[in-house]
Amino acid sequence: MNFNLSNTLADWLTERTIPFKYLPGPPPCLWVSVNDWASVANLAKQEGLRLVAEWASQQNESFFIHSSYALPKQGYALVFARLDSGNESFPSLAPHYIAAVRMERAIHDLYQIVPEGHPDLRPWIKGESWPEQASPLRKDFSLKTIWAKQTGSYPFTGMKESVGHEIPVGPIHAGIIEPGHFRFCAVGETILTLEERLGYVHKGIEKHMESRDVDSAARLAGKISGDATVAHTWAFCMAAEQASETKVPLRADYIRAILCERERMANHIGDIGAMCNDVAWSFMQMQCQRLREDLARLHGNLFGHRLLMDCLVPGGVACDLDDEKKKLIREQTHAIGKEMSELFQIYEDHISTRERVIGSGSLATRDAQDLGVVGFIGRSCEQNLDARCDAAYSPYDRHLPHIKVCRGGDVSARLWIRFEEIQVSVGLITTLLEELPSGQILENLRTPADGRWGFAAVESWRGEIVTWLRFGPEGQINRCYVRDPSMVNWLGLELVVRDIPVPDFPLNNKSFNCSYSGHDL
Amino acid sequence: MGTITEPLANAKNQIEVVGDTLDQAIQKRFRGSLAIRQVDAGSCNGCELEINALNNPYYSLERFGIHFVASPRHADMLLVTGPVTRNMETALKMVYEAVPNPKLVVAVGDCAVCGGEFGCNYATIGKVSDVIPVNVLVHGCPPTPTDLLNGILMAIGQKG
Repeated sequence: MNFNLSNTLADWLTERTIPFKYLPGPPPCLWVSVNDWASVANLAKQEGLRLVAEWASQQNESFFIHSSYALPKQGYALVFARLDSGNESFPSLAPHYIAAVRMERAIHDLYQIVPEGHPDLRPWIKGESWPEQASPLRKDFSLKTIWAKQTGSYPFTGMKESVGHEIPVGPIHAGIIEPGHFRFCAVGETILTLEERLGYVHKGIEKHMESRDVDSAARLAGKISGDATVAHTWAFCMAAEQASETKVPLRADYIRAILCERERMANHIGDIGAMCNDVAWSFMQMQCQRLREDLARLHGNLFGHRLLMDCLVPGGVACDLDDEKKKLIREQTHAIGKEMSELFQIYEDHISTRERVIGSGSLATRDAQDLGVVGFIGRSCEQNLDARCDAAYSPYDRHLPHIKVCRGGDVSARLWIRFEEIQVSVGLITTLLEELPSGQILENLRTPADGRWGFAAVESWRGEIVTWLRFGPEGQINRCYVRDPSMVNWLGLELVVRDIPVPDFPLNNKSFNCSYSGHDL
Repeated sequence: MGTITEPLANAKNQIEVVGDTLDQAIQKRFRGSLAIRQVDAGSCNGCELEINALNNPYYSLERFGIHFVASPRHADMLLVTGPVTRNMETALKMVYEAVPNPKLVVAVGDCAVCGGEFGCNYATIGKVSDVIPVNVLVHGCPPTPTDLLNGILMAIGQKG
């Protein structure tokens, strides 16, 4: 993990005479006063840092507020502060970073600590059936608590003038898809604004983590978003390995990357088909579904699970690759890459599909930057960021992927990027298989000391996942926070659908394909 | 390439027929024309990937006369995933009430069958059968498309 930014940020804090204490870790972190919480963010914003995540934790009677910043090539910095005892509030970062708005609403819902100066403290994860004073992540709250059901309604922003109408969609959607609510304000068929309401699949994952040991927690991490199970498990394991100072064998890192790239391919292929299906081009859907199925079947045969769940474990991987398996993966990856290349040509020539996707749902580069969108969505808006480069985790530090960036930020760009990234993954998988080092695939995880932290970033197919955890006594998880890329990317969708016709919404939503489960936790 | 649709294999994961079975005459009516509404009541989206695969050319769900519909009002069967989050409880109950009788419910995946990794706590109710009546349980995390197809066909008495 690349934490060079911590040193740079420390220098800046010194220059601005903002007092801090530097804890070397790993991971290194900067301990500041809660009164300087917003000043640090202000400085970070001026220096062009991206706010990666903001979250809270509790230790004994004290509450802590944490944040992570990033800068391309310099990696990550962690900052934290302790809330003054008796004063359960902290300065909101919302005035500086839009991404903080929802993260702080979630903190407020789960801890009942208040971001001072936050413009919108409506519940976010907290459901209407929850009691008023719910604070499930506080240590004195038991996971097994069953509340008496409340009734209530969520105050949507709604139409400002009565020029059009509101269209409520969901939480249950028409297709085979996760639940979430979209409240459109529309004039005729044109969308003026979209307001999202998520949280419907909140399963209390962060609370669950706190009653688990590292192996059980790693399995749970793989269920945060089933379609990104490899990447989520990897981020969790990396954080746990960092906290316990366990060195994962290099062979295991290579296998982890091979599986993660296969997961990237499977999802990009599935999404391309689904997007084309949303513009009534079922040929591409059928071809992509066929290739996705081929990938899943090989995974099932070689690794025992079609979606690769539970293949990564703390300390390494649970499955090895012999020459026969390597050959099968290599041959199939190549064959599928070649087919996707042919399908790309067919797609480019398909005028009626191109008519639908070019110019639809454009996200401006400036907005992408302000929101801090990550992953291929960011890269489709000229944001040159990818955790495989910026976090420099093994084995990508030895095999830097070619990062594809384009401009336009429309559905066409989000499709192009996926086609390109599939080919990059094919190249990476081939290289990783060729250069697979010999050795062990698993190192027993040492028991991390009480209070040790871990922080890791992994580039899932959607984008950067970050996982932070703190261990308690005897290797139990004391706190685990996961920021799925969807937590930020959902914001992008609200912007891109302005001025598109309602029938183009499914296409745009699919072009983002944010995770509801990954967001809600 | 030609036709790649395969004959239906046997399920690998456990499938249980529970609850009331529909009158055989009604079950027979569903064969050749079954409309399914899928509801995600809190899943991690792994089950959704496998349900979506039912429409791919290998499994080709529609050759059995089964298709997915956009509204519960058009449905004969609910396919429910997830450990029923408290935030989805009302929606799940409303969608169940909206499906006209006679109807069937299939709980898909370990979370829906028994609460899976999550169970019953402040955020999740757990198994779907604690919220609405369920006819068939398809175990798995997630169940494969073959398991799903077997479970759906068993629910309409088309497979033993």
